[in-house]
Amino acid sequence: MAKYKMHLLVCGGTGCSASASAQIVSNLNEELSKQGLNNDVQVILTGCFGFCEKGPIVKVMPDNTFYTEVKPEDAATIVAEHVIKGRKVTRLLYTDPENKERISDSKHMGFYKKQLRIALRNCGFIDPENIDEYVSNEGYAAIAKVLTEMTAEQVIDEVKRSGLRGRGGGGFPTGLKWEIASKNHADQKYVVCNADEGDPGAFMDRSILEGDPHSVIEAMTINGFAIGATKGLIYIRAEYPLAIHRLQVAIGQAREYGLLGKDIFGSGFDFDIELRYGAGAFVCGEETALIHSMEGLRGEPTFKPPFPAQSGYMQKPTNVNNVETYANIPIIILKGADWFSKIGTEKSKGTKVFALAGQINNVGLIEVPMGITLREVIYEIGGGIKNGRAFKAVQTGGPSGGCLTEKHLDTPIDYDNLIAAGSMMGSGGMVVMDDTSCMVSIAKFYLEFTVEESCGKCTPCRIGNKRLSEILDKITKGNGTMADLEALRNLAAVIKDTALCGLGQTSPNPVLSTLDNFGNEYLEHVRDKKCSAGVCKSLMKYVIDAEHCVGCTACARNCPVNAISGEKKMPHVINTELCIKCGACIERCKFNAISIK
Amino acid sequence: MIKVKLAEDKINKIKEICAFFSNKPGEVINVLHKVQGELGYLPAEVQEVIAKELNMSVATVYGIVTFYSFFTMIPKGEHPISICMGTACYVRGSEKILDEFKRQLNIVVGETTPDGKFSLNCLRCVGACGLAPVVLIGEKVYGRITTDKVKEILAEYN
Ligand SMILES: Cc1cc2nc3c(=O)[nH]c(=O)nc-3n(C[C@H](O)[C@H](O)[C@H](O)COP(=O)(O)O)c2cc1C
Ligand code: FES
Repeated sequence: MAKYKMHLLVCGGTGCSASASAQIVSNLNEELSKQGLNNDVQVILTGCFGFCEKGPIVKVMPDNTFYTEVKPEDAATIVAEHVIKGRKVTRLLYTDPENKERISDSKHMGFYKKQLRIALRNCGFIDPENIDEYVSNEGYAAIAKVLTEMTAEQVIDEVKRSGLRGRGGGGFPTGLKWEIASKNHADQKYVVCNADEGDPGAFMDRSILEGDPHSVIEAMTINGFAIGATKGLIYIRAEYPLAIHRLQVAIGQAREYGLLGKDIFGSGFDFDIELRYGAGAFVCGEETALIHSMEGLRGEPTFKPPFPAQSGYMQKPTNVNNVETYANIPIIILKGADWFSKIGTEKSKGTKVFALAGQINNVGLIEVPMGITLREVIYEIGGGIKNGRAFKAVQTGGPSGGCLTEKHLDTPIDYDNLIAAGSMMGSGGMVVMDDTSCMVSIAKFYLEFTVEESCGKCTPCRIGNKRLSEILDKITKGNGTMADLEALRNLAAVIKDTALCGLGQTSPNPVLSTLDNFGNEYLEHVRDKKCSAGVCKSLMKYVIDAEHCVGCTACARNCPVNAISGEKKMPHVINTELCIKCGACIERCKFNAISIK
Repeated sequence: MIKVKLAEDKINKIKEICAFFSNKPGEVINVLHKVQGELGYLPAEVQEVIAKELNMSVATVYGIVTFYSFFTMIPKGEHPISICMGTACYVRGSEKILDEFKRQLNIVVGETTPDGKFSLNCLRCVGACGLAPVVLIGEKVYGRITTDKVKEILAEYN
């Protein structure tokens, strides 16, 4: 990055791209060329900065100025003021929600203070489509070290000692996995990167691939050397066009530089990578299903053992790791296992990337050291609950995880604590809910997902989850009985015990964790036929409070079914027969006169 | 089920794609991706051609097409609408948005309007959770949608 005096980094993650970051780049370039500054200032479209809530983000280097919610029209001001006159554009700086001060350096923002970026070290700092930028940030130095100074055993030993565990959900020790694969002898072995990221509401892996694809390529090559594999495959969702594009570009550049292909660094080691595309099936994230899908079959899981390390792709020993797991590898090799294992808790080392979403002020992509508490994540990094509402639950682990509550907020986050609390780490989705979320409906939401995504091969998952989802539906409609609550528990236990793969074995978790932590809410639905979150339509009635209604007619005008009537400046009434409970009136009412009973 | 008569040039296009992947059964998913990219959908007649070219049974191809939600046997509308039903969007009210689209278009999920203009589908997370709730129309991402914006958005395409 040396020859330019200044860099304008524009976030090119999916969220910011959706809000016109490409347009911002072209406007900035246009302004710069008008001023004849193209050779002094470079505009770079980077990967995700993480602070999606306030996107699109533009960062100015070297002074580290962090502009938020930038619009394409702002390009001219940024160039005229900041680039030419050296004056920061105050109105685009982030405002601290507490003391209302403008903050210019992202290091001082609450969102970034407690973060530690290891897997995301390059995301938002380099141009992912330019291999030279990766190289100038110690890129491909780890593979050089491995191929010229280390033996395969030493590499495996380093990874083992680092304490790195799989980031795809299971948390299996990565070094041990490599060791097993290295000991299974075969004429051909495979290294597979799992980029299927099926957890709805999660975008960690995608952001790494979009922001730093070379780190995954480098790590897979190291993995190949360690276990004796010469072929790598990345299984990526077809729904991620930008990540696919960046990977294709990166693989092409790595081949051109001789970092993939034959005789890498003159070491005699050959390695190359191909992409395989998923086609929208959650279960394909499970490693055996993923392998079948890569073979061109239906993505149905098979019983383990045999594990992929024994018989995987094309019946050959195969090592499957997650994208984020890989992103940690190069830096572990460079900085050493001792450095890495100092971060985190006793049994969970390093950091974890989470996609923080839901009813929280700072939605975005964060990376935190293991052992941080949920409270720190939600209140300090996440900036607390949106609109000052009350915190109710936080969901981790996606459809396999559970909902944690107030009492878990001070639990240090690591693999084992989350399991003990009835949830799991999962791949890193973290969805925060406030008191407008109904926990029975959330359980139903996840079960509907599982029913849709179950491959149908085993009976407990195919039929059991369907029954769970039907009982939940019955409860949300106000027809649940106490016996149903009992049935939910029994059925959940049977499914967990008897399902074939990880999908079914964990699918009842959302039900069990909500039953445990929000039992009263189930009781309320069943016994009192009430949903105090105001979500279950069958259990509620919209009413206008005549005392508060000023007769502004906003509700009546916006009611899609004309169920509201009343004279101007007089209290209105809702015809409950016609009302479809869409909530449009509540959203419109400025006087809080409409409530759900 | 819609009966389709495939034109000669379409059949040749499919054959060409199969040949590009060396007519290998293991490449069937890649073939289906490419063919759907060309034709927009994968009706039974198309699957028959692919099965023949790759030397597989039509049942196997059908099994794969129906297994993966990315593949569709119904033609999408001119402007396919996808409502994100990922968790982040769900807790920020995407169900209400979906209801509003259904009402405005008078179709249910998986259908196409009679004039072929819009089709309605759900998907799980487009990776723009910061903008939740999110709706995709074609390639365009609409973020922070509220029910009253639905009509305006649809009007853009009229
Ligand atoms: C239903 C199900 C879905 C899964 N989805 C994913 C996924 O989307 N991404 C992923 O990396 N691992 C997923 N896994 C875990 C993989 O099976 C596997 O354990 C992982 O890719 C191993 O890599 P790691 O050790 O680096 O985590 C899933 C497992 C199950 C049971
Ligand atoms: S959940 Fe809708 S974009 Fe992620």
